[in-house]
Amino acid sequence: MGQYVLRRLLIAVPSLLGISLVLFIVLALAPGDPFSELATNPNVPPEVGAALRAKFGLDDPIYIRYLRWLAAMAQGDWGFSFVSRMNVDTLILQRLPTTLYVIGSAQILALLVAIPVGVFAATRPYSIFDQIANTLAFIGFSLPTFFTGLLFILIFSVTLDWLPFVYSTDVKGTGISWLFGQIRQAIMPVMVLGLFQGASMTRFVRSAMLDVIRLDYVTTARAKGLGQARVIVKHAMRNAMIPVVTLIALQMPAIFGGAIVTEQIFRIPGIGSLLISSILSNDTPVIMAVTFVFACLVVFFNLIADVLYGWLDPRISFR
Amino acid sequence: MLDTELRTMIDEVKDGRMDRRGFVQRMLAFGLTAPMATQLLAIGGVAMAQSPAPYKPTKRGGGGPLKLLWWQGATLLNPHFATGTKDQDGSRLFYEPLASWDGDGNLNPILAAEIPSIKNGGLAADAKSVTWKIKPGVKWHDGKPLTADDLVFTWEYSNDPATAAVSKGVYGDIKVEKVDDLTVRVLFKAPTPFWANAFVGAYGCILPKHLFAEYKGAKSREAPNNLKPIGTGPYKFVEFKPGDVVRGEINMDYHMPNRPHFDTVEMKGGGDAVSAARAVIQTGEYDFAWNMQVEDEVLLRLEKGGKGKTSYAVGGDIEFIMINFTDPNTEVDGERSSMKTKHPILSDAKVRKALSLLVDREAVQKVIYGRAGRITANYLNGPAQYVSKNTSWEFSIEKANKLLDEAGWKLGADGVREKDGKKLKLVYQTSINGPRQKTQAIVKQACQKAGIDVELKSVVASVFFSSDVANPDTYSKFYADLEMFQIPMTQPDPALHMRRYLSKNVATKENKWQGQNFPRWVNKEFDAAIEQAEGEIDPIKRASLYIKANDIMWQDTMVIPVMHRLKVEATSNSLRPVLSGWSNETDNIQDWYREATG
Repeated sequence: MGQYVLRRLLIAVPSLLGISLVLFIVLALAPGDPFSELATNPNVPPEVGAALRAKFGLDDPIYIRYLRWLAAMAQGDWGFSFVSRMNVDTLILQRLPTTLYVIGSAQILALLVAIPVGVFAATRPYSIFDQIANTLAFIGFSLPTFFTGLLFILIFSVTLDWLPFVYSTDVKGTGISWLFGQIRQAIMPVMVLGLFQGASMTRFVRSAMLDVIRLDYVTTARAKGLGQARVIVKHAMRNAMIPVVTLIALQMPAIFGGAIVTEQIFRIPGIGSLLISSILSNDTPVIMAVTFVFACLVVFFNLIADVLYGWLDPRISFR
Repeated sequence: MLDTELRTMIDEVKDGRMDRRGFVQRMLAFGLTAPMATQLLAIGGVAMAQSPAPYKPTKRGGGGPLKLLWWQGATLLNPHFATGTKDQDGSRLFYEPLASWDGDGNLNPILAAEIPSIKNGGLAADAKSVTWKIKPGVKWHDGKPLTADDLVFTWEYSNDPATAAVSKGVYGDIKVEKVDDLTVRVLFKAPTPFWANAFVGAYGCILPKHLFAEYKGAKSREAPNNLKPIGTGPYKFVEFKPGDVVRGEINMDYHMPNRPHFDTVEMKGGGDAVSAARAVIQTGEYDFAWNMQVEDEVLLRLEKGGKGKTSYAVGGDIEFIMINFTDPNTEVDGERSSMKTKHPILSDAKVRKALSLLVDREAVQKVIYGRAGRITANYLNGPAQYVSKNTSWEFSIEKANKLLDEAGWKLGADGVREKDGKKLKLVYQTSINGPRQKTQAIVKQACQKAGIDVELKSVVASVFFSSDVANPDTYSKFYADLEMFQIPMTQPDPALHMRRYLSKNVATKENKWQGQNFPRWVNKEFDAAIEQAEGEIDPIKRASLYIKANDIMWQDTMVIPVMHRLKVEATSNSLRPVLSGWSNETDNIQDWYREATG
C-alpha cells in the first residue's frame, strides 16, 4: 500500500510539470498586460511601466521565465504578485481557510442530503418519495448557482431581511455570537453550493445503489435472514460507494471552480474570487499559482480516490 | 472683454467689495468652473477659501463603525504604487497629503498649516516655486513627529526610477527643498501655473521617512510597511487582505479637532456594482458604495423605499468618440494607422461634422446615463472657468445627409452612400460594457438613416485598454475608424487632460503606441494654444487658451463628445459623506459623519 501511494506520487510529478508548462505558456501568450492600468493613466509616465516590466523580468523570453518560475517553485517560492506587490503564497494562504470552510461545509451538506435520500430512493424505486426526490434533484442541478444565489439573496436578504448577503471577513463579537455570525453569513453560499452538488450526487447514489441492490450477494444476505437496514448499510452501500467516491473525488476540483461564481456573488474572500480578480488585472503570477493549486488538487484527489477504492473493496488490489 | 471684466472682479474681491461666493457664481455664469474660479482668485492674489465642511460632531469618535463597499477591493496600500483609484482610496484612510480638493474645487488643507497664496508668501510671483507650511504637532501613528524631511523623502522616493512609483509623473520634474523643520519649498523648472499637484490629492500622500528610508529604489518592494501603513490619517491600520478588506480604527491623536467621527472603518471589496448598490440602497448592510456604474433605471428602482440614495459629484470625466485621421486599413512600413497615411473618408471635415450630427446625445442620456451624465459639446468640461460657451451640438439626420451630399457621397441602391466606387463604411469599436454597446446601437441606427454603414466592434476591456504591443485591438493602436471610451479627468487642471492631443504625442509604432494622441490628429493651432497655456501664469489668459484649444477640437470635429459623466455613489440615508468630483472618494474622509437621527 505504501509503495503504491509512493508510486502514484512519483507519477504525479511529471504530470504536474507538464500542466505547469502548459499553464505558463498559455498565460504568457494570452493577451493583456498587468500594467495596462498604468498605461492608461496620463499621470504615470511610460518609463514607470517599463521599469516595472524590467523589474519583474517580463521582457525576458518565455523559456527563461518558465525556468525561473520552476526554480523558484522548487524552493517554495510561489512568486510575487504584480498587482498587490506581495508574495503570492501569502495571498493564497489568507484566502484558503475561507474557501475550505465554505466548500467543506457545502460538501458535507451535499453528502448529508445525497446519501440518505439516494439510498432511500433506491430501496423504493418509483415510489412517491423516489419521484419527488428525482424531480427535486433534476431541478437542483439544472439551476446554475448564479441564479439560485441571486434568488436566495432576493428572498432571504432583500425581502425577508434575515441574512446578510455580503460575506464579512471580520465577524463581530466573540464566542457564541462570533460562531453564530460565521454560520449565519455562510448559510446562503453553503446552501447554494451544497444543494447544487447534492442534487447531482443524489442521482448518482441512487443509480449506484440500484445496481448493487439487485446483485445476488444482496439477495443471499437477505435470504440469510438479515434485517433490511443491515443489508442495505453493511452489504449494499459499501459497494455502491465506490463509484460515488470516484465522483466526489473527481468533482472536488470542479467544486472549487463552481465556488468561483458563488464567491463572486456573496463576496466571499476565497481562492475563486482571487483568481477572478487576478485574471481581470492580468496578474499572471497569481493566476499561475492558483491554477496550479487547482491542478495539484486534481492529482491529489485522484490519489485519494484510488486509496479509498482499496479500503472500500479489498478486491481492488494495489498492483 | 471677459479678460478685463475678470480682472476688475478679482480686484473687487481683493478689496472686499465682492465676496468669494459672488465671484464664483458670476464665473459660473461665464462658463468657468468653480475650481478654476478659485484658482483664478488664488493666482490673482486672493487667498483660497478655507471652505469649512459642515461638520457637526462635537467630539472625537462615538460614530460606531463605518462600512464602505468598493466593488473592486484595494490590492495594495502604498499610495505611490497605486494602480487605479481603489488603491488610492484604501491608502488614503491612513496616509494624507498636504491638501485635498473639495467639491467646489477649492484646496482644503489637511497636513498643511495653510494653503499657499501670494498674500501669505507661499506662491512666488514668477510661479516658479511654492512654499508649503506644515501644520505643527502632527504625529505619525507610531508617535514620531511629521517633519519637512518626510516630504523631501517622499519626493526622493517617488522620483527614484528604480522605485517604479506611479507618482513619478508628479514628482519627476520638480525639486523639493527643506526650508526648516516645518516648511518645504517646491521648485519648478519653468513657470507652473498649476502649482498644486505635488503633495496634493491621491499622489500627494506623504510617506514616513523613518519607515521607508531603507526601502527606496530597487528595494522598494521589500518594505514591510507596504502592507502595514503607518500614516498620519484619521484611522490607524488594523488589517489588510488584498482585494478583500481594509480595516482601520480611530486615531485618537488625529490632528483635527473632533475628528474622525467613526470608531472603526472597514472597506470591503469584490462583487459587482449592482449588488453593491443593493447592499447600501436597498438593505442598508453597508453605509457607502463606490462608483455605481449601474444604469440609472436600476438605481431608481432600488431607491424606491430603500435605506439609501445615490449621490453625485461633478468632475470632468468625458465619454467620447474618437475619429481616426489615419488609414487603419492600409499598412505602411508594417504599421496600420500610420502617420504616413490619411483616412480616405474621415479626413474630410464634412464627413466628421456629419458624424457628429448623427450622435443623439439626448437619447443616450435619456436611455443610458440618466442622472449620471450631462450632455456636452465640449471635450473639456471642468472646472467651470475652462468650459467653453462657444460650442454647441445638434442631432439632425437631415443636416448630416446634406453635408454628406455636399462631400460627394451619393446614396447607392442599397441605401449606403458611395463615392468613386467606395462605400461609406466605418468600423466603430469600443470596450465591452453595457452602456457603451447601447450607445453604439443608437449611433449606428442614426448613421443608417444617413446612408453610413457602421460596423460595430466590441473588445474585452482588459484587451482594449492594455498597452500590449502585440495586440491589434488596443485603443492605442486604434485600428478602426471610430472608437469610444472615457477619459477621466484626474485633477482640476486641464493641462494633463488636454496635452494628449499635441502633435508630438501621436501614438505610433516607433513609440510603441505610448503616445496618447490616438486619433493621430495634427493641428498646429492647437499645439500653439496648449504650449502657450502651459507656460502662462496669468490664470485668465490661461483659461482662455484652454477654451481656445477646446474650441479648435470642436471646430475640427476631432472627437465627438458624447457625455460628461458624473461620479455616482451610493450612500445610506444617515451618512454625510464629503465628496468631490476633483478628488478620490475617501479624500475628505475625516469630515464624514453620521446624522444622529437616521
